[in-house]
Amino acid sequence: MSEWIQTNFPNIYKIGMEGTNSWPDAIYATLYMTIIAFLIGGFLGLVMGLFLVLTGPDGVIENKAVFQILDKVTSIFRAIPFIILLALIAPVTYWIVGTNLGRTAALVPLAAATFPFYARQVQVVLAELDRGVIEAAQASGATLWDIIKVYLSEGLPDLIRVSTVTLISLVGETAMAGAIGSGGLGTIAINYGYQRSNTDVTILATLLILIIIFIIQFLGDFLTQKLSHK
Amino acid sequence: MSETIINLEHIDITFHQKKRVIEAVKDVSIEIEKGDIYGIVGYSGAGKSTLVRVINLLQVPSAGKITIGNDVTFADGKVQLQGAALRQKRQKIGMIFQHFNLMAQKTARQNVAFALRHSDLTKEEKAKKVEDLLELVGLADRADNYPAQLSGGQKQRVAIARALANDPEILISDESTSALDPKTTKQILALLQDLNQKLGLTVVMITHEMQIVKDICHRVAVMQNGHLIEEGSVLDIFSNPKEPLTQEFIKTATGIDEAMVKIEKQDIVQNLAADSVLVQLKYAGHTTDEPILNDIYKRFEVSANILYGNIEILDNVPVGEMIVVLSGNRPALEAAQEAIKSADIALTVLKRGA
Repeated sequence: MSEWIQTNFPNIYKIGMEGTNSWPDAIYATLYMTIIAFLIGGFLGLVMGLFLVLTGPDGVIENKAVFQILDKVTSIFRAIPFIILLALIAPVTYWIVGTNLGRTAALVPLAAATFPFYARQVQVVLAELDRGVIEAAQASGATLWDIIKVYLSEGLPDLIRVSTVTLISLVGETAMAGAIGSGGLGTIAINYGYQRSNTDVTILATLLILIIIFIIQFLGDFLTQKLSHK
Repeated sequence: MSETIINLEHIDITFHQKKRVIEAVKDVSIEIEKGDIYGIVGYSGAGKSTLVRVINLLQVPSAGKITIGNDVTFADGKVQLQGAALRQKRQKIGMIFQHFNLMAQKTARQNVAFALRHSDLTKEEKAKKVEDLLELVGLADRADNYPAQLSGGQKQRVAIARALANDPEILISDESTSALDPKTTKQILALLQDLNQKLGLTVVMITHEMQIVKDICHRVAVMQNGHLIEEGSVLDIFSNPKEPLTQEFIKTATGIDEAMVKIEKQDIVQNLAADSVLVQLKYAGHTTDEPILNDIYKRFEVSANILYGNIEILDNVPVGEMIVVLSGNRPALEAAQEAIKSADIALTVLKRGA
């Protein structure tokens, strides 16, 4: 097997199975950036989306001023193209991580891009929940925290659905981050494949990215179905 | 001696919407006694739902005073209860809704248990209480079903169990049967009536169906365009409605409207004989005990041909309405009509024979 690859796909073989920027390391780096950036950006986005609904029109703690600020912040961050955001927040990244290179440094722009994207999707999901259910909770003497729990548990299947969408777009963004040296399958495809005209490397890196995306999509659909009682 | 449990005084509710001011409720005062079943009727948009939401302060009024039990909850333009005190008060006011408003992601049991999360009961006591409540509403065997697996009537039963979880003194029902079929509606109303009698629960029913008021309410208020236009005991309102809207509601409940259309087409009415007169008789209470039609035949030889009759028992008092053709010679006819009137029966002449 190994010899066969060496003979027919020498470029793929050269990337190797060990050390930095080897195939396993690239897959790991891609998953690491996707998952950690999602946990950080997703958490911030969830809180932001939740407060957009709570303070928004007809929200349980309706507040025009707060809503306007949250809404504008989300819109502005959402509007910046990711490749430009990478450059734009480089100083912030350096200040937090101490470097602009590598997979951990990439987490900062990735999380920053995820947070407004996810916030909007959370907002849409929660705003679509039946307002009457929230009213019934209030009528039974619910605290704000109880109401937040109702929002999250009632919205759970749809929150998983939008998380799937967010994770998939994050995989795409890690590849872009790869272009500026974050490592991962994006770096392999561009730096080792495209720039050295090693098409076989580019194709394999693409296939691996597609496999990761299909697995995320499958798990997301499965969980959404499994958890929905509507 | 009855005591007032809900006292709404001069309630105004005004909404400001982009330069437009909407007065949803205007100067409404209602006093509801403990243990009553109180109906509030009106067409949609009359302000009923908005008004009852001030009882648990889901809606804060613009002006007025609200007293629930012994506590003033709203006065001088502001809510008098804050934070935990307001939440505790809300626990003592159950509410059920037209669309049930159950949590779709939770089972019947979990939906009821949700209302108990701030109760002082132990975990075991809470579990027992949830079982008992589901038993009370007749759904013990569906405890682990999700709302999507239940019928409309079953969902409303779960919602009632949830509303009763904290042993409330008041139950607000906001069009709770409007999304149900007639048979299920009857069952839910019977359940509410039963709870009213067994637990002494005060029930405030919002509805647009006079039939429901007639079936289970003791007192009723009629609302139109944010105003309370008529209020009284169900017996009074049904036997003697003053406002045109109230009369309209009552006609739909008794079915006399539809009956009149058919009666007018009948031969005997179309070609009413010269010695005959078409009259409407309305009576309430004791007068139904006397065989008045029998009596006028004996005394005046005036015969009565009953074309339509409807008798309702409201609050144990019979209230009746009849459309009758009276026939006899002219002086006797006049005398018979006088006799009917003097027996406390409202008589309206609809048509005279030509």
